Amino acid sequence: MATYSTNEFKSGLKVMLEGDPCTILENEFVKPGKGQAFNRVKLRNLKTNRVWEKTFKSGDSLEGADVIDRELQYLYSDGEFFHFMEPENFEQYQASSDTVGDAALWLREQDTCTVTLYNGAPLAVSPPNFVELEIVYTEPGIRGDTAQGGTKPARLSTGATVKVPLFVNEGEIIKCDTRSGEYVSRVKS
Amino acid sequence: MARPPAWQASAPLANLRRRAEIVARIRCHFAAAGLLEVDTPQLCPATVTDPHLQSIEVAGYGYLQTSPEYAMKRLLAGGSGSIWQIAHVFRGNESGRRHNPEFSMLEWYRVGCTPEQLMAEVATIARLALGDVGCVSHRYRDLFRQHVGLDPLTCSTEALRQAAQARFDPAFDDADRDTWLELLMSQAIEPHLGRDELCFVIDYPPSQAALARLRSDRDGQPVAARFELYFRGVELANGYHELLDAGEQRRRFAADLQRRSELGLPAVPIDEEFLAAIDSGLPDCSGVALGLDRLVMLAVDASALQEVLSFPCRRG
Repeated sequence: MATYSTNEFKSGLKVMLEGDPCTILENEFVKPGKGQAFNRVKLRNLKTNRVWEKTFKSGDSLEGADVIDRELQYLYSDGEFFHFMEPENFEQYQASSDTVGDAALWLREQDTCTVTLYNGAPLAVSPPNFVELEIVYTEPGIRGDTAQGGTKPARLSTGATVKVPLFVNEGEIIKCDTRSGEYVSRVKS
Repeated sequence: MARPPAWQASAPLANLRRRAEIVARIRCHFAAAGLLEVDTPQLCPATVTDPHLQSIEVAGYGYLQTSPEYAMKRLLAGGSGSIWQIAHVFRGNESGRRHNPEFSMLEWYRVGCTPEQLMAEVATIARLALGDVGCVSHRYRDLFRQHVGLDPLTCSTEALRQAAQARFDPAFDDADRDTWLELLMSQAIEPHLGRDELCFVIDYPPSQAALARLRSDRDGQPVAARFELYFRGVELANGYHELLDAGEQRRRFAADLQRRSELGLPAVPIDEEFLAAIDSGLPDCSGVALGLDRLVMLAVDASALQEVLSFPCRRG
């Protein structure tokens, strides 16, 4: 893997720090009047998601991390592992429940999602920003109550629970924003 | 807000007008004071040995200058009397909100002047741009005691390392004494300097003398006769009571080259003509270099040099 010096650090660059893959968020060059210059660098540890603020001597370097984002198709879960496939070459990857995390609540079989691979193995899974899912359970709607703006919980086919307007019913398909976990609209079937 | 197309100036025209106005006032000041305006080359066969400055090499010619200091001292040794100039200077790999690899340096030397007299003139120049602001002066040592709780002239290197690690998260364990001092200075102290007034820092550790002579401070500790000016946490100027001893100068160059080789940095040729000029006798003088772009940046209340430079450096 290539190494990168502090003056090549830029937002989005993936590097290894203390044995973990990280993505660089910010890099600020600071220098006292004379003498050693420093780079104040903000990085996100891709394993723990923790943000680090580290000070480097300018000119120091870090090894690049073998981290890439791939668009993979979600196939199924066998209870222990989630299975994904590269649609171009049918190559399959398996990710543990820990790796998939809360993304599992939004994953529908056959949907495409972003899988971050580290040294060729899944490190993180991001669902699509918007998904269309069926409501499998919600309290019956109150007829005519379309303008009041009240909400109720609705459980979706993938396991997520979102707040929906009172007029939305069980069996309907709704569009949700997975980043905020919020209802967006009804989808006409 | 939409960004202007890339061919247009990065700085608003109003800031470029302000810059021209400030330069005109500076030129007026030095003309009235009777200093000779000089123009020394930016491209020279030799360059600085300072391991922390990266000179940009021009194949077949030498180096773009990181400062006009050596050339100006050759003029001083030749009997020019007090001189000044605004020079474009170049430093590789220095890019950021307050750094551009090419920048303008206002540099001047006063023959027969003490650093204290020169500091008063630096404040006058700063006020030409910043208006009628107050001025204070602090010893490097006192600032460290106040902000870090250590005496930087006498404490152990280990104490400095621990102080740095308690405050920041250095990505390195192993560093020399000056690196820890510079880390603490740049991150724990500088941001607090000159909040409401011009702030001079004086009496630097002897190891950070660069081209300044050494003297004893009022407690009898050896310190460098070097000062820096800060305003709103931004370093603006660096000045010296200039070193006159050619032997000592040669030893400092040799130490720099030794350090360069330890750090795996390219060796640079020593400027022998500069040393010969010091040998022949530099008059007693004080000199200072002031970052003109930063001064304009503070005058227009901007937070980045890109707001006052017409075309900041973009890597090709």
